[in-house]
Amino acid sequence: MSASSNMNWDRRNVLRAAMGLAAAGGLAACGSNTGRSGGGSGDGLVQYFHAYGEAGVEQAVKRYAKDYKDANVTTQWITGNNYEQKLFAALLTKNAPDVFEFHPQIQLVKSGQVADLTDIIEPVKDDFNQADIKSHTVDGKIYGVRMIDDPQFLFYRPSLFKKAGVEVPTTLEELIEAADKLTTSKVKGIFLGNDLTSIDRPLIWSAGADTLTADNKPAFNTDAVAEGLKQLRGLFTSGNLLLDAPADSWDPSAFIQGLTAIQWCGMWAMPAMQKALGDDIGIFPFPKVGSAGKQSVYNGGWSMFVNAKSKNVEAAKEYVKWLWIDQKKHQEDFATSYGFHIPPRTSLAQSASKLKSGLPAEGVKLFNEFGHFDNIGWTQAMIAAFWDVIANTIRKDGDPKAQLDACEKKVNAELKKLFG
Amino acid sequence: MSTTTTRGVAQPAPAKVSQPRPRRGLRASSTFNFWLFTGPFLIGLVIFVFVPIGWSIWLSFFEARFTVTPSEFVGFDNYKQILTDTNFRNSLVTFTVFAAFIVPATWALSLGLALLVNRLRFMRAFFRSVFFLPTAVSYVAAALIWKMSIFNGVRFGLANTVLGWFGVDNIAWLANPDPPWYWLVIVTVRLWLQSGFYMILFIAALQNIPRELYEAASIDGAKPGWQTFRHITLPQLRATSTAVILLLLVAAYQAFDEFFNLLGKATWGQPPLVELYKMALGQNQNYGAGSAGAVVLTLLICVVTLLQGKIMGFGRGEESK
Repeated sequence: MSASSNMNWDRRNVLRAAMGLAAAGGLAACGSNTGRSGGGSGDGLVQYFHAYGEAGVEQAVKRYAKDYKDANVTTQWITGNNYEQKLFAALLTKNAPDVFEFHPQIQLVKSGQVADLTDIIEPVKDDFNQADIKSHTVDGKIYGVRMIDDPQFLFYRPSLFKKAGVEVPTTLEELIEAADKLTTSKVKGIFLGNDLTSIDRPLIWSAGADTLTADNKPAFNTDAVAEGLKQLRGLFTSGNLLLDAPADSWDPSAFIQGLTAIQWCGMWAMPAMQKALGDDIGIFPFPKVGSAGKQSVYNGGWSMFVNAKSKNVEAAKEYVKWLWIDQKKHQEDFATSYGFHIPPRTSLAQSASKLKSGLPAEGVKLFNEFGHFDNIGWTQAMIAAFWDVIANTIRKDGDPKAQLDACEKKVNAELKKLFG
Repeated sequence: MSTTTTRGVAQPAPAKVSQPRPRRGLRASSTFNFWLFTGPFLIGLVIFVFVPIGWSIWLSFFEARFTVTPSEFVGFDNYKQILTDTNFRNSLVTFTVFAAFIVPATWALSLGLALLVNRLRFMRAFFRSVFFLPTAVSYVAAALIWKMSIFNGVRFGLANTVLGWFGVDNIAWLANPDPPWYWLVIVTVRLWLQSGFYMILFIAALQNIPRELYEAASIDGAKPGWQTFRHITLPQLRATSTAVILLLLVAAYQAFDEFFNLLGKATWGQPPLVELYKMALGQNQNYGAGSAGAVVLTLLICVVTLLQGKIMGFGRGEESK
C-alpha cells in the first residue's frame, strides 16, 4: 500500500473520527447538564428558584417536583444575590427555564417572555388575594401565579425598648429618636440592610406617595419623599444605624446575634427569630414620613411564571397548575413549614393554623391593614434607578430633590419605552 | 590505470529512483497537523471572541432591550446614551483612580517580595509558594472573605476588633463613601491576590541578571544595596517591569469581581465593567447601550495600551535603543 494511499486512508479516518467526535460531542451536549435530564415519564421541564435562606426549602421544592408524574421536573437552585441577572440572561438562550419564579414586572409581558396563565387561574381567581391578582394582570390577562406573600416590617426587642424607655415608633422622627436611645457600645439602634435598598418602596408609601400613578406616571417625586431621604441621611451619619453587617437584612442574624435592637426583615424570618429570642420580639410597620404619610408594610413575595418561548409551554402550564393551584397541601407546606409566608389563596391563608396566633397573626394583621403590593409597571430598571437615589442621597449626601428629578427622568424614559 | 570511455556506448538507463513523495506527504502532513492543532483554537477564537465582538458592534446600533436579535435601528443613540450616562463617566474616573494606585502599588510590592525572597538562603521555595498561593484563590471568594470576615462593620470583624484594642470605634468599611475606606478593602484584596504572580515574574528576571555586573560594580566601588539596586538591578528589570505594568493595567481595566461583590448597589467605586454589566446584564437588560459602552471601552483600552507602549518602549527592538 502506497504511502499516499496510507495518508489518504489516515486522513479520511481522522476526519471521520473528528466528525464522529463532533457528533458525539453534540449528543453529549444534549445529555449534559442542561437541566433536562431524561428518564422522566413525560416532557422534561426545568424550573429556576432563587435560594431561600431557610433550611429545608430546597428539599421541599425538589420533593414537590418529584411528586409530579406527568413530567420530569428538574430544579435549578440559583444561589448568590444576583438571581435576577442570571434569570434574565438565561431567558435569552435556548437553555432558558420552562418555569421560573420572579416578581410581576411588565417588561416580561411586553417582551413576550412570560405566557398568559389566565385559563389556569380563572376558575380559582376568586380564592386568590385580589391585590395579588391585580399585580399580575396586564390588559385583562393574568401572567403569573402568586406562590407566597411576604410582608416585611420592623422587628424589635420589647425588652430593649423597655430598658431604654422607648415606645413603638409611628413616625420616622420617632424611629430615629428610638434608634438613638437604643444604641449602646455593643448594640446599634437599627438595621435597615447594608445598602438600605430594601426600604425603597416602604419609604415612598409611608410618605403618602406611590411608585407610579394608576395611569403609569411617576408618583414618587414628592417633597415628603425628599424629606424622608434627608431624615434617613441623618440616621445614616448618626452612628445609630448598623452598617456593613456580615449578612443582609433578609437574614435575621444581626437581630438574633444582638447586633441591633430593631431590624427590617420579612415574616419568613419569624421562626428563626422565635427560636433564638423566644417571645422577646415585636413588629411594627415602616413609620409615617411627613404629616401626610401613613405607616406601610411591603407585601413582597414570589410568583411562578411560564417561559412563553419554552418548547413545552403547555406542559409547563400544567405543572404550574398542578403545584400552585391544585396542590393545596404543598402550598401550605411551602408557606408555613420553613419560614412563615402568607399563602395567596384566601382559603389557605384562613386555614393555616401556624398563622392564627401570636406573632405570625400580628404579621397577617399588619399585612391586611398597611400592606402595599408590587406594581407590575414598576420594573427592575426603575427599581435600580431608585436604588441609585438611595445610594446618592442617604449614603452619599446628594441633594434628594435633584436625585429624585434625575430618577424621574430615567423612569419616564423607561415608561416611554414600555407604553409609548 | 586505464580509463575507459563509455562514449557511444549505450548506458543502461539508471534505475528510476522513485521520489518517495515523502516531501509532499510531509508537507501535507505538516499542513494537516497545523490545522489539527490550531483549528480548534481558531474556531474557539472566532466563536467566542470575533463573533461576539462583531455582534456587540452590531447590537450597539440597535434598540436591544431584552433581546440580542433586535430589529429597530437607532444609529448612534446608544453611544449618545452611554456617553451622557453619569454612572458610566464616573466609572472611567473610578478606573483611573484605581489604576493609578493599584498598578504602582502592585509593581512595588511584587518587586519588593521578589527581592526579599530571592535573597533568602533558607526556605526560599517555601516563601515563594506562600506568596504565590493567593493567585490560586478566586476573586469572588477572596472578596467575600474580605467583606464578611475582615472588613465587616460590626464589632467582631477582624479589622474592627484590632481597632477596638486601641479604642477606635467600629468603621463601616464598605457602606460609607465618606471617608472612602472602601478603597482600602478593594486595594488590599487585589494586592493580596496578584502580587505573588508578579513576584514570580520578577524573581525569574532577577535570576537572569548576570552576576558579573554586580562583581564589576563592586570592584568599581559601588555599595551593595540602594546603589546597585538603582544602577544595576532596576535597569536590568526594565523589560520585565514594562510587561508587568502593561499586564497590571489590562487587569485593572478588567476589574469586576471584587468591586461587584464588595460594593454591591453602591453608585461609587464602580469600574467600567461593572457599569456595563449593570447596563446590559443587570436590571436594565439593555444590550444596545451595554454594547455601545463595550465598544467605547475597547477603543479606550486600545488607545491607552498603544500610548503606554509608545511611552515605555514596549516591543521596541534592541537596534532602536
